[in-house]
Amino acid sequence: MSEKLLITIWRDQVAPRFDLTSEVLVATVDSTGEPLHSKTVVLPTVSAEDLCHMILTEGINTVICGGIEEEYFEYLSWKKVKVIDSVIGPYLQALELARVGKLEPGAILREEASQG
Amino acid sequence: MNFSSFPKESVKVEEVIDCIPVGVAVLDTNLRLQAMNRALEAMTGFSREEAIGIDCSHIIRNNLCTQKCPAKQVLENDRAVHLEGNIVNRERQKIPVMIHASVLKDDEGKPLGVIETIEDISLLRELDKKTRITHDFADLVGHSPKMQKLLEILPIISQTDSSVLITGETGTGKDLIASVIHRVSPRAQGPFVKINCGALPETLLESELFGHTRGAFTGAVRDKPGRFQLADGGTLYLTEIGDLPLTLQVKLLTFLDDKEIIPLGGTRSARADVRLIAATHRDLQAMVRQGNFREDLLFRLNVVRLEVPPLRERQGDIRLLMEYFLNKFNRQFQKKIKGFSPEAIEILRQYPYPGNVRELANMVEYATNVCHESIIKQEHLPDYLGGPWDEALRPEVRATVGEMGSYPGLEESIGKRVADNRLNWREMERRMISEALVKSRGNRTKAAKILGWGRSTLWRKMKQHNLV
Repeated sequence: MSEKLLITIWRDQVAPRFDLTSEVLVATVDSTGEPLHSKTVVLPTVSAEDLCHMILTEGINTVICGGIEEEYFEYLSWKKVKVIDSVIGPYLQALELARVGKLEPGAILREEASQG
Repeated sequence: MNFSSFPKESVKVEEVIDCIPVGVAVLDTNLRLQAMNRALEAMTGFSREEAIGIDCSHIIRNNLCTQKCPAKQVLENDRAVHLEGNIVNRERQKIPVMIHASVLKDDEGKPLGVIETIEDISLLRELDKKTRITHDFADLVGHSPKMQKLLEILPIISQTDSSVLITGETGTGKDLIASVIHRVSPRAQGPFVKINCGALPETLLESELFGHTRGAFTGAVRDKPGRFQLADGGTLYLTEIGDLPLTLQVKLLTFLDDKEIIPLGGTRSARADVRLIAATHRDLQAMVRQGNFREDLLFRLNVVRLEVPPLRERQGDIRLLMEYFLNKFNRQFQKKIKGFSPEAIEILRQYPYPGNVRELANMVEYATNVCHESIIKQEHLPDYLGGPWDEALRPEVRATVGEMGSYPGLEESIGKRVADNRLNWREMERRMISEALVKSRGNRTKAAKILGWGRSTLWRKMKQHNLV
């Protein structure tokens, strides 16, 4: 069964703030973690509520983001969306780790982050 | 420059900044963290071992980072900045902060980096909020059961995002209530935009409300945002909603349904995150029956209905308001009037107040100005209060009285007085103009100056009085 991941992005990094995200990457991977396809979406508004709404309507299974307020974290968790938050580093690297189930909340992908 | 060349003193930097009770971050010119103190560690939830070398926007996570980065501003303009914002820490808490940033320079004045202090101002904001709520509600004075009912429901309504319809006679305080709802609502930081639906012609009103695109009409040389767009994130207050033309009622209905508006001449809709408060002194149900107001719009506006009682139905509030306005005008005019004489109190209590609280405020303002004693007496009150109330109403009051249905026989008497008064005023105006012209020896520019009018106003009025 395939899984849909969403990463909040800012330049080539995971966006520092969920509520201020203006762009996201939506990736679909199969049960083995192999990427099926991905797309970048520029959001029409910068709003945590709208982003939560999009996550639910798009049927996202996992969200990878930077800082997120408790309210939205709890809401998404309650809606059975896995949230890997406080991630720092390039979003492609975060995606690679998430695909193989190795991305943890609070992960700091230092080497790539310092190349910024 | 690279921060690795930061002077040897940098070894001591953390020891020094640890003594500072607010968060301190030292950044290099690439805006990477080079040092942070314990207070900032506690605030952000990141240890310095984790954070050093990382772009500050990922650690501090200030809302200004991605758009108006304070550190970047400081480096570009070489000037300290002080900004208010918020951060989201590792514990997923949003903390309001005040950020001060300034450039660190070497001996030659070359920038080495930026030093930022990040102060947690959540306690201050909480206090502000409480004070503001108390202060805001303090403007709404009233102990009568009807006002108490209204005051009880206001804080609850303020916290929702539902449309509000405020009804009540003129002068009852509809504008004040709308403004209080906004100020204590979660949208308080956003704009409060007011527009009077009865004050503009239809096409102008449409452009004002919904904006227009370039070329929408002659003279529309650029896109102009409407009040809906200006109120984005805040509250739009439509006063005299009963005067909104039917065609615009449809557009308003569309907004209430879809939260989207289409500017005049535009083809694309735009979203507007706006809370709507509408007010009117008219009977909208009656207007619906007459076909002058859309029933579906009334239903949508009527989510929360607040009926502001007229002053004559607010038993006990007149006395309270008299004291409130006396204190207010005492402060404003630097007077030391202690109170009202029993006769003045009785006259003010007996008056029916067709102009409601606004009229009472005007009376007390007049009395405070006129009174040079320590107590406001009967002679300090406006003259028209001396006789039977229905025979001596001011023009301002008369204009509103026609809307009242509860004083049979009043309109006839008022109509007569209006005619008399107009005659008096016309005569007086004519006399004033003549005197000014005599004084200025026929020089109209000088006469206009004496009267405090523009030259064209004088000419227009002279024409009205057949003086030209």
